[in-house]
Amino acid sequence: MTGLTVLPLATLVGPVSVAHYLVVGAVLFVAGVACMAVKRNALGVLMGIELVLNGANVNFVAFASPYLQADGARSLGLDGQIIALFVILLAAAEAAVALAITLNFYNNHATVDVDRADDLKG
Amino acid sequence: MIPTLAAIDWHAVFFLLFAAVACGGAIAVVAADNVVRMALYLVLSLGATAGLFFLAGAEFVGAMQLMIYVGGTLVLLVFGVMLTAQAPFVSIKTTAGDRALATIVGLGLFGLLVTAGLSVEAWRQPGSHRLTEPAATPIGMALVGVRVDAPPANAPAAAVRSGYLLPFEIVSVHLLVVLVGAAYLARAKRRKTPRAIEVAASAEPPTAVAEHAAIGRSAGRAASVLTGGSV
Repeated sequence: MTGLTVLPLATLVGPVSVAHYLVVGAVLFVAGVACMAVKRNALGVLMGIELVLNGANVNFVAFASPYLQADGARSLGLDGQIIALFVILLAAAEAAVALAITLNFYNNHATVDVDRADDLKG
Repeated sequence: MIPTLAAIDWHAVFFLLFAAVACGGAIAVVAADNVVRMALYLVLSLGATAGLFFLAGAEFVGAMQLMIYVGGTLVLLVFGVMLTAQAPFVSIKTTAGDRALATIVGLGLFGLLVTAGLSVEAWRQPGSHRLTEPAATPIGMALVGVRVDAPPANAPAAAVRSGYLLPFEIVSVHLLVVLVGAAYLARAKRRKTPRAIEVAASAEPPTAVAEHAAIGRSAGRAASVLTGGSV
């Protein structure tokens, strides 16, 4: 019972609120961070970055939504949706450049294992 | 008592569906070792996230998520997978120690984020379920600098709200530079080893080419005689 007062998980059983979206965003973010840390395939690391950006996007959209905000609460309004759009665009640009770098690395080293990218190690 | 169809909160049902697919896909991306399966799970996760955006009333962002992320970025990633998917690289195993350490760190980070997300009273209030007008027109007008959306309920009366023309321009120039840069990085290099057709051509020149070269050599000699120089 004390756990519920410290961490009000009971609110997650109720109707959908911003907190639900925050939990989903947290899962996506943590999965992305773990993916970036664990994967040895360079493309797996790229997928982790996409997941992290997507988790942040979920939070932005939740804070921007008047549908999810309680009455009288102030939402981000259009700002949150525009930020989410820009994040999507920049993620596409980042994926293009990172993929070009990965293909160059593959052409030069014949592998996509990021542990083999130690040419600059002193 | 069995609830009738009208009594079911369909918003919550679809939220749970999309949230389960999004979270399950994200965790499956981490758990999978095969890079092709990781790409498939990422498609599922990002598609379900687009569904969450639709449920939150951000239908334009959801459509862009489907078109740009699922339709563009992931196709790019799948091309990368196909170009580099030699047999030894399809599944590169992670050591069990790294996996355990990442699980501990991930659970700690998740607990921190959930604690922070649930600690604010206003975010835990149930939603107003207040429907708004479609966001495509306000977003499109705001991107060219004109705000047509309603100001927030408790905003100051004389608040000046800016559009998003400058970020729009910055992002467009950024995309152009990225396009040029990616094409430059990924361009086809000149081969160091000659191709098979070039080897065959250099080994035995056809007779017509040999005759032409002989004519050129004799003409060069004649010219050097005329000018008195030695070539």
